[in-house]
Amino acid sequence: MAKYLLLKHYRGAPAAVNDVSMDHWSPEEVTAHIQYMNDFAAKLEEAGEYVDGQALAPDGMWVRYDGEGRPPVTDGPFAETKDLIAGFMIIDVDGPERAVELAGELSAAPGKDGKPIHEWLEVRPLYGEPSLVTE
Amino acid sequence: MTVPLDEALLRGLVPGVLGVLVRRGVDFAAAEDAVQEALVEAVRVWPADPPRDPKGWLVTVAWRRFLDATRSDAARRRREERVEEEPVPGPSGELDDSLQLYFLCAHPSLSPSSAVALTLRAVGGLTTRQIAEAYLVPEATMAQRISRAKRTIAGARLDRPGDVATVLRVLYLVFNEGYSGDVDLVAEAIRLARQLRAALDHPEVAGLLALMLLHSARRAARTAPDGSLVPLASQDRGRWDPAAIAEGVQILQTALSRDRLGEYQAQAAIAALHADAASAEETDWVQILEWYDELVRLTDSPVVRLNRVVAVAEADGSRAGLAALAELDPGLPRYAAVAAYLHERDGAPVTAARLYAEAARAATTLPERDHLTRQAARLNAQLT
Repeated sequence: MAKYLLLKHYRGAPAAVNDVSMDHWSPEEVTAHIQYMNDFAAKLEEAGEYVDGQALAPDGMWVRYDGEGRPPVTDGPFAETKDLIAGFMIIDVDGPERAVELAGELSAAPGKDGKPIHEWLEVRPLYGEPSLVTE
Repeated sequence: MTVPLDEALLRGLVPGVLGVLVRRGVDFAAAEDAVQEALVEAVRVWPADPPRDPKGWLVTVAWRRFLDATRSDAARRRREERVEEEPVPGPSGELDDSLQLYFLCAHPSLSPSSAVALTLRAVGGLTTRQIAEAYLVPEATMAQRISRAKRTIAGARLDRPGDVATVLRVLYLVFNEGYSGDVDLVAEAIRLARQLRAALDHPEVAGLLALMLLHSARRAARTAPDGSLVPLASQDRGRWDPAAIAEGVQILQTALSRDRLGEYQAQAAIAALHADAASAEETDWVQILEWYDELVRLTDSPVVRLNRVVAVAEADGSRAGLAALAELDPGLPRYAAVAAYLHERDGAPVTAARLYAEAARAATTLPERDHLTRQAARLNAQLT
């Protein structure tokens, strides 16, 4: 029993095999892609492995503390930012093998010409609770 | 006048009630749903109107709920007729019933997380929401996990004897791998192990219960007020629970006297030796090492071999520990943490600091990561 975050990147991941940006797909291909993602989430829920999932808008900004009594400084968005997260899904599975299996399936979502994108997904374990038996 | 509900008593009745329904021919999944509904009703009604015979009350209500559910489903009419025609036997050997449930819910066809969820609901009497909260997943996800588990075991027969090792593994997971929420999974695991021990005379069941009691006895001492982990050697032993230790030791001794050693008894023996030491310095590491040798023989587990290395170092010195470590796979979880500890003891703080930092990066829980980071920081501060 372990939780994993599956991260989908707009930018920053190694190039996908079917690497055509979404605005160059046909509208039907876009619909098919979204349907695949929704079906995938529904299937995970049915399997009792779904925890959460959200898509993130690409626009954002950088914010930092600027000292006592001063408002935070904001900057950006920076078009050149190397890494841009498109969305995430959190799963609760029996082990890392299952997390890899599911990420592989998610990466097969159809893109241009209805062919799998083969995009790279980042799989990150969440921290769990320390076990009581320690020695 | 209202009487506070004794939730432990209520939930202790669950396996027996479920067993009665299953004996009456109700399929497991439907019986389990009916018992859950009866529990909800009990929580509502009992405080104002406590029954004289709590178990009989639950059986009656669950049975009615089952009949209601069956009647409301026209497609199930045929089955309803069949069940209603069957004579209703009186309560049968209730221990047998609850024992069968343990085996069913730990069925080998279930994944570990499904077996845990099903055990907590069908044997433990927890609600789906409570189980979902304990494992930090949405209630809908946990509901699906449980109904899927029920479908998986739909064909399994209740009267086939199971493998006790699978049941013990599930209870061990409940004890060791939950989150701390409203439901105390440690207490729940102990309760389920106690109940199992009452139904099944087996030294490994006793061994697991002893192991749970001995480790939970140290629970209050293992976390500092700020939430950080306190390692065994630094724990305030005055905060250990002497009653839990005494009970654990007594259960373990009785089990060991039967001369059917198993991995849980061996693990409990190690925990008992730690519990027995008035201070970390007084720990009988020579005996602990002997138990680790037994445990390696019983399990042949790489993780046990790694824990054994620490005992080797304590019993025979850090050089002996490092030599034992060199024989193990560096890819093992916590290998770097053990290596760091041994190198620090061996007077190599630079190597130890580097290894602690490496161990922190590989940690799988936040308190462990923070603890290891502090160890690295402590050594680095001394070095500069």
